[in-house]
Amino acid sequence: MPSRIAPLAITAYTATSALGRGRADHAEALRLARGGLRSNTFTSTPLVCAIGRVDGLETAALPRAFAAYDCRNNRLAWLGLETDGFGEAARAAIERYGADRVALVVGTSTGSIGATEEAYLGLEDGRFAPPFRNPFLHTPHSLGLFLEAALGTRGPCLTIATACSSSAKVFAQGERLIRLGLVDAAILAGVDSLCGSVLFGFNALELVAPEPCRPFDAARRGISIGEAAGFALLERVGAAETPQLLGYGESSDAYHMSTPHPQGLGARLALADTFARAGLAPRDVDYINLHGTATIKNDEVEAAVVADLFPSTTRASSTKGHTGHTLGAAGILEAVLTLLAMRDDCVPGTLNGATPDPACGPQIAFANEERAIGVALSHSFGFGGNNCTLAFGHGAAH
Amino acid sequence: MDSLLVHVEGLGWWSPGVADWNAAAPLLRDDAAFPFDANARPAASVLPSNERRRAPEAVLIACDVAAQACAMAARDPASLPCVFVSAHGDLPTTDSLCATLAADPLQVSPTKFHNSVHNAPAGYWTVATHCHAASSAVSGWHTSLAAGLFEAAVQAHADATPVLFAAYDIAAIGPFIGTVAAPSAFGAALVLTAERSARTCVSLRLRHAPTLPDSAARADAAPRREPLLATHALFAALARAKDGEVHLPSGASSTLIIEVCA
Repeated sequence: MPSRIAPLAITAYTATSALGRGRADHAEALRLARGGLRSNTFTSTPLVCAIGRVDGLETAALPRAFAAYDCRNNRLAWLGLETDGFGEAARAAIERYGADRVALVVGTSTGSIGATEEAYLGLEDGRFAPPFRNPFLHTPHSLGLFLEAALGTRGPCLTIATACSSSAKVFAQGERLIRLGLVDAAILAGVDSLCGSVLFGFNALELVAPEPCRPFDAARRGISIGEAAGFALLERVGAAETPQLLGYGESSDAYHMSTPHPQGLGARLALADTFARAGLAPRDVDYINLHGTATIKNDEVEAAVVADLFPSTTRASSTKGHTGHTLGAAGILEAVLTLLAMRDDCVPGTLNGATPDPACGPQIAFANEERAIGVALSHSFGFGGNNCTLAFGHGAAH
Repeated sequence: MDSLLVHVEGLGWWSPGVADWNAAAPLLRDDAAFPFDANARPAASVLPSNERRRAPEAVLIACDVAAQACAMAARDPASLPCVFVSAHGDLPTTDSLCATLAADPLQVSPTKFHNSVHNAPAGYWTVATHCHAASSAVSGWHTSLAAGLFEAAVQAHADATPVLFAAYDIAAIGPFIGTVAAPSAFGAALVLTAERSARTCVSLRLRHAPTLPDSAARADAAPRREPLLATHALFAALARAKDGEVHLPSGASSTLIIEVCA
C-alpha cells in the first residue's frame, strides 16, 4: 500500500465541453440537469449517434504566433486555456515560481490525429500536401508542444496518452513532481476533440449508441462521444476554501485490451491506493463521479464495484449523459465537474436513464440531489485496462 | 530536491538486426556500426503466441525489450509499475487507420482501432505479465526519451518501487516519410530503482536545466532530437558504464542532464 500524502491545493480550474465554456456554464448545466448531446453532424459519412460537440472551433484559428500548431485539438485547448482566467493563473504561477519550477502535464487520447486524418483526405502522390508536412501535427505530443509554447513553461513537460484515463493520471504525475520537490506547481490539462478515428473506431467495436447515451440504464446501448478541454493548477497551498487533491490510485486490469475486468479488479486496486494515499475509507465518501460510459460492460462492472464497496449514503452518478464520453479529456473534465458539485452542494443526476440496471445499488443517483459533499471521488477507466481514481476534498476553512 | 538518483538493474535493446542487449552492448561500447536487417522481427516471447501473431510491431518491440530488462534485473514484471514512451506512436497502425477513414470509414477494423491507442504496448504487456501495477504511456515528441525516463525515475522515488521503463518507435511509412523523423524502428528498456541494490549495474543522476542559447548542453543535446539518436547516446553511455554526462532535450527550452555514475 502506498503511504499517505499531503493534500495539494487546486488553485485554478476550468472546463470547456458541449455544456459550454467555463465553470458557470458547467455548474448551470448540472444544476438544471441539462445535457449537451445532439445528433451527429460531425462526420461526412453518416453515422447515427449523438455527439458532445464544442461550437465554433472551425472558425477559431490559433493566434498567428502558434499557427504551426493549428488543428481542432489545439484550438479546443486554446479556447479552454483562456477561460475562467486559467491562462492568467497559470502564467502568474510561472512568474511566481520561475518557468523551470512549473511542470506541464497533459493528457489526451487521440490528440491532433484529426489533422492527420484530414491530411490523408488530400494526399498528393502518396505524400502529405504541403500544409500537412508539419511534424507538430502528427505526434501524440502535439498538445504538450502547443501548450508549452503558449505558456512558456520550462519544467518537465509530458503528454500522457492512456486512452480514457489519460487526464486523470495527470493529477498523479503532478502530485509526484511536487511532493518530490522537483517543481512548485503543475499545470494539468486534458484535451480531446472529435475525429473520425474515435467515432468510427468505437462504432467498429459496436460500442456507440444510436441515441444519447444512457449510463446505468438497463436498456443502455453504448457511448456517445464528446470533446472537451479541462485545466487545473496544482500547488502546495492555496487560499481558504481552495479545493484539494487528497489522493489517487492507478492500476492495470491485466485482463483485455477493450473489455474491463469482470469483477472490476483494476478499479478496486486503484480505489484501495486512493484511500491509502488520502487516509480515507469508503464510508467517508459523499459523492463519486463514475466512469459510467453507458457501455453494457463498464456500467455493469462499475455498478457492482460501487454496490460492493460503498455504503448507501455515498451518492454516485455519471455525467457522460451531459457531456458525452470525452475520452482523454474525461478525467480532468469530470474532476472539474466533481469540484463544481462539491462547491455547489449538488449531486448531479445521471441523465437519460429510465430503468436502472439491476446491478445498480442504492448509491446511483439518477436525479439531482441537494447535499453537502465533503469528500468526492472521480473514476476513470481506459482501454488497455488502464485505471485511475482521484479523491478530492475541501480546503481547511470550508 | 532538484535531481533524482536512480539505479539501473536491467537493460533491454532491440533494433532490426540487433536482437537484444547482449548483442547491442559491445557495439554501443565500441561505437561500432550496427548491423541492419530489414526483415528482423523481435521474438517477444513474453506474449502468448496468438497475441504475438496479431500484435503490431510497436507492441512486439516494446514488450520484447521490457521483458529483457526485467529478466536481467530478476524482477517479476507482475509487480512493476511501467512507463512506455514513444515519440510518434504506432505509425503503421495510424497509417492504416487514416487510409481506411479516407476511403470508407465504415470499414475501420475494431482490432486496428484498439491497437491504435498509445497505450497498446502497456495494455498487451500488463495482460501478458499479469501486471496490476500502474501502467503509463507517454510521449514528448523529440523530448520523449528524457520525458519518459524522468517520469519513470519520479515514480521510482515517489512510491519507493522499482519501475520498468521502455522506449520505442517505429519507422515512418507512407505519407509520414519526410515529415516525421523516424528512419528506423528501435526499442530500449531499463529497470530502475530508487535504492542501490546488489543488482545495480550503473546509476544515473537526472536533473532538468534551462537550455541557454550558447550553452554546452544545448550544443550537445541538439542532434538528439531524433528519438533513435537520443536513445543511442544514452544507452552507449550505459554500456560504457563510465562516469560522464549525457544531455538530452527535455522541452522547448530545457535539457535533461544525465550524470552517469559507474
